[in-house]
Amino acid sequence: MRRSLLFMPGNNPAMLQNSDVFEADAVIYDLEDAVSVTEKDSARKLVAEFLRFNKSLPMEVVIRINGLDTDFYSSDLEYVVSDRIDTIMLPKADHDGLLQLDKLLTKIEQEKGLTKKIKVIPIIELAKSVLEIEKIVTCPRVDGVLLGAEDLSSDLDVIRTKKGDEILYARQRLVMACSAYKIDSIDTPFTDTNDNDGLKTDCEFAVSIGFTSKSAIHPNQVTTINKTFVPTKEKIEWALRVEAANAEALKKGLGVFSLDGKMVDKPVIERANKILKKAKAYKLI
Amino acid sequence: MKIGIAGSLESNDALITVKSSEKLEIIIESIVYDFFYEQIKAVILDTLKTANLSNVCVICKDKGALDYTIRARLLTAIERMEKA
Repeated sequence: MRRSLLFMPGNNPAMLQNSDVFEADAVIYDLEDAVSVTEKDSARKLVAEFLRFNKSLPMEVVIRINGLDTDFYSSDLEYVVSDRIDTIMLPKADHDGLLQLDKLLTKIEQEKGLTKKIKVIPIIELAKSVLEIEKIVTCPRVDGVLLGAEDLSSDLDVIRTKKGDEILYARQRLVMACSAYKIDSIDTPFTDTNDNDGLKTDCEFAVSIGFTSKSAIHPNQVTTINKTFVPTKEKIEWALRVEAANAEALKKGLGVFSLDGKMVDKPVIERANKILKKAKAYKLI
Repeated sequence: MKIGIAGSLESNDALITVKSSEKLEIIIESIVYDFFYEQIKAVILDTLKTANLSNVCVICKDKGALDYTIRARLLTAIERMEKA
């Protein structure tokens, strides 16, 4: 379960050494877009050494490797895959690429004798990937999917806007697929790092259509994301009342009961349970 | 002469140059020289040992890099020198 995933440039020692202090549920050490082509070798070694020697790491360590269509991904995996990381993030992911990545990771895990299985978060940033999202979410290791709206807009040849009408279909399709397979749906980053009101509106919209999490490109976005991607105080209070009323109803042998003049049945009780589960996970109750 | 350079002069980083040489030579410039010269030198020596290199000249311009950064930059510089 994640609320926020914070991108960190992989070739910046000053940012790496502070990456565990921003309260993001996951930190994504980026070897792809944040690193110039001439510094790929340097970045992967820096991240690998950082992970090996730093005792204090974020809750979840994610590495965004370079795409499978580049000359870099193989060395990225060779250097960074270890028991110190949790997840590989694959850019421009598609179904066949994810199957290829699974084989590569299995081989590396066996060769290095890893004690854990590395998870994968594919980034959906091609129109083709949006269309095959139902297959992507069933791929091995995938436990969340990130929407990459900047590259997707480029692929669609449309202008990226703050409101995001141009990515609405992709957002909803991704949420539906992730929800069906009970994995995290991770919204695209909000790219204006100086517009906190815009970020809040964007987060609230993402929550309203079912996203579980959002990525951040600046540490100053993490707090807003963490606050928005948890149940509100009102929702928690409502869920607690449903839970209490349900307990009373069960004593009376009732499957359906009324609360505040509204019928409460199994789907409503399940929704309340989900809210309480999330609230407990983030220590809100 | 083969040469490899990696890193930067940004804060918390180090710019490391490695050159082929007839003997081992280590030159360190650091903003924390008085306190950390020995530690930086030890990291460089240990990394060279790992890379099985003895006859090289290493120039480290340190801007407050932690050990893992110096090690990573040196390993990159060595790899670049070998590919040069």
